[in-house]
Amino acid sequence: MAIITYREALNQALREEMGRDDRVFLMGEEVGVYNGAYKVSKGLLDEFGEMRVVDTPITELGFAGVGVGAAMVGLRPVIEFMTWNFALLAIDQVVNAAAKMLYMSGGQYPMPMVFRGPNGAALQLSAQHSQAFESWLAHIPGLKVVTPGTPYDAKGLLKAAIRDDNPVIVLEGEMLYNTKGEVPETEYLVPIGKADLKREGGDCSIITNGKMVLVAMNAADQLAKDGIRVDVVDLRTVRPMDVEAIVTSVRKTNRAVVLEEGWEIAGIGAQVVDYIQRECFDHLDAPVLRVHQEDVPMPYAKGLEKRAKPDLQKTIAAVRKVMYLD
Amino acid sequence: MASKKRPDPRALPGDPVLRRALFHSMLLQRRFEEKVGEAYALGKIGGFCHLYIGQEAVSTGVLSMLRPDDYVITTYRDHGQALARGMTPRGIMAELFGRIDGCSRGKGGSMHLFDRNLNFLGGHGIVGGHVPVAAGVGFAIKYRGGDQVIVCFMGESVVNTGAFHEALNMAALWKLPCLFVIENNKYGMGTAVERAAAIKDLDRRADAYQGMHGEHVDGQDVFAVREATERALEICRKESRPALLEIRTYRFMGHSMSDAVSGTYRTKAELDEQLKRDPVWMMKARMLEAGDLSEADVQEMEREIKTICQDAWDFADASPEPPAEALYEDVLVDTVS
Ligand SMILES: Cc1ncc(C[n+]2csc(CCOP(=O)(O)OP(=O)(O)O)c2C)c(N)n1
Ligand SMILES: [Mg+2]
Repeated sequence: MAIITYREALNQALREEMGRDDRVFLMGEEVGVYNGAYKVSKGLLDEFGEMRVVDTPITELGFAGVGVGAAMVGLRPVIEFMTWNFALLAIDQVVNAAAKMLYMSGGQYPMPMVFRGPNGAALQLSAQHSQAFESWLAHIPGLKVVTPGTPYDAKGLLKAAIRDDNPVIVLEGEMLYNTKGEVPETEYLVPIGKADLKREGGDCSIITNGKMVLVAMNAADQLAKDGIRVDVVDLRTVRPMDVEAIVTSVRKTNRAVVLEEGWEIAGIGAQVVDYIQRECFDHLDAPVLRVHQEDVPMPYAKGLEKRAKPDLQKTIAAVRKVMYLD
Repeated sequence: MASKKRPDPRALPGDPVLRRALFHSMLLQRRFEEKVGEAYALGKIGGFCHLYIGQEAVSTGVLSMLRPDDYVITTYRDHGQALARGMTPRGIMAELFGRIDGCSRGKGGSMHLFDRNLNFLGGHGIVGGHVPVAAGVGFAIKYRGGDQVIVCFMGESVVNTGAFHEALNMAALWKLPCLFVIENNKYGMGTAVERAAAIKDLDRRADAYQGMHGEHVDGQDVFAVREATERALEICRKESRPALLEIRTYRFMGHSMSDAVSGTYRTKAELDEQLKRDPVWMMKARMLEAGDLSEADVQEMEREIKTICQDAWDFADASPEPPAEALYEDVLVDTVS
């Protein structure tokens, strides 16, 4: 296996899928000549030409709609949002068009398309550029939502998303693009809707997704030093959610912490906790705790930003609390 | 178009067979919609339902110029275009009744008529939302190197949305074969066009996009609509460029079934004035005058259409409600290619 970055993994996925199927094209701001705002599409314009790697004007609503129309008549668009913050301008196309076309046409118009781009906070980008949209998108029937946390999952999930005949949202981590990991040289897909047990331990489950997987793994390492062994359940896909993986882990550990990047109210964690109370009620030894962003817009000042974000310390504290150690 | 015109100075464009077909299409829409109104009053149809009465020359005029492999997309006010495109009165009525044999299997209703076999890409309910989608279809046509055209119908309110500008800008920039058709029926719900748009001739919006063809035309005259459409289609198809038509028409009914025909935002006097230019009856008068039809022919046609509409009603009434399992179908497809 090669060690490559999350960015390279996504780039490989795009290149392989565009090479495999000439109905696949990439469209978005700066994806071509500029090689992508985060360089995910590096080299693709040279390789595939400007009909298949399309630079758009700054017109999120418009080019998301172009993707919808192209998907309706049989192409397989990959629509890149420079970040998901800007996709709010396109939410009508994602929610009202892409997610509902199959249903309201009585099954006549599948929507084989991908909306992808970086999601969540980076560093000191403040309120308008630091938001995690998992729960917004996972709320919508008709969509699938994947949130890869490692290079391996990034490549496998993006490839699976492009081959899926439904609209798939790929939430990439802005802070993950430079992270490295093992990626096989041979072709593989990561199935959508399947969680991955990233660490095994019997004392407590940390259920998480996306960028928070790294935080959870760090927490697991730290806790291990104190003899506490945790399961890290990486959901990978937040719609449809792998309830079985959650339940299996919690029934084993009897304790759970749900860690997510976004806000608390109606967050992904709220849904996970609901599954746990329904399916693991008699197995719980402590109330489930949640770790998430503080209930405020993201501040700019370094210290405040750190306080606002879910992090290693908060996660460790939550695990210790559900274990009645503190 | 080859025309075997009779030597009559008042002769109409096209041949009598075509003219009859155009009239038939318009009359069918009118009578069908009247039937829809009846069914709505009886509670057979629910939800939002927007009648097209008064605008029939637009759908018939534009769609009679298209090829079968062209694409059509429109708004929630879609019954007329669906019929003019050749969708069956049965399938449409069953959809309005919310039945399994509806063109969208009872999942869409009045605002979301779809027919994949006729490249009828649906009625859409978000004002302006479908215009970028049309640009996407244009993009796909170009991507594949085809010579089809997508026609995108919209109400005049749409020109004030951001989606409209975004779509037209991209269509012009990328030279996409999209014919954007504004049906200016003077009102968006209760808001008169001059109270919403800071421009008088809406087709002049085309000027914002280097070299885009724009034209306005009388939408109550089906021949004028056809001629303008022909000019625009020529540009879309031959040059792979977008074009914009503002087709000036009028809605004779309320915005939707809950809206009074007149009295709040428009006067009865205004409506009466507009009713003098009823596109269906103007066409009939011209055809009678040209000798294409006799009163007896019209009556015969009325009888035939009445039967079609009643048959659609009976079919819809007899069609079962979608089964409970249908609730969970069509959310996602299973296949992964
Ligand atoms: C984005 C959006 N805003 C508001 C509405 C509610 N609405 C439905 S139709 C309509 C008026 C549209 O008028 P116009 O575009 O002129 O079309 P017409 O109804 O005259 O055919 C409004 C405001 C909507 N469906 N979508
Ligand atoms: Mg209007």
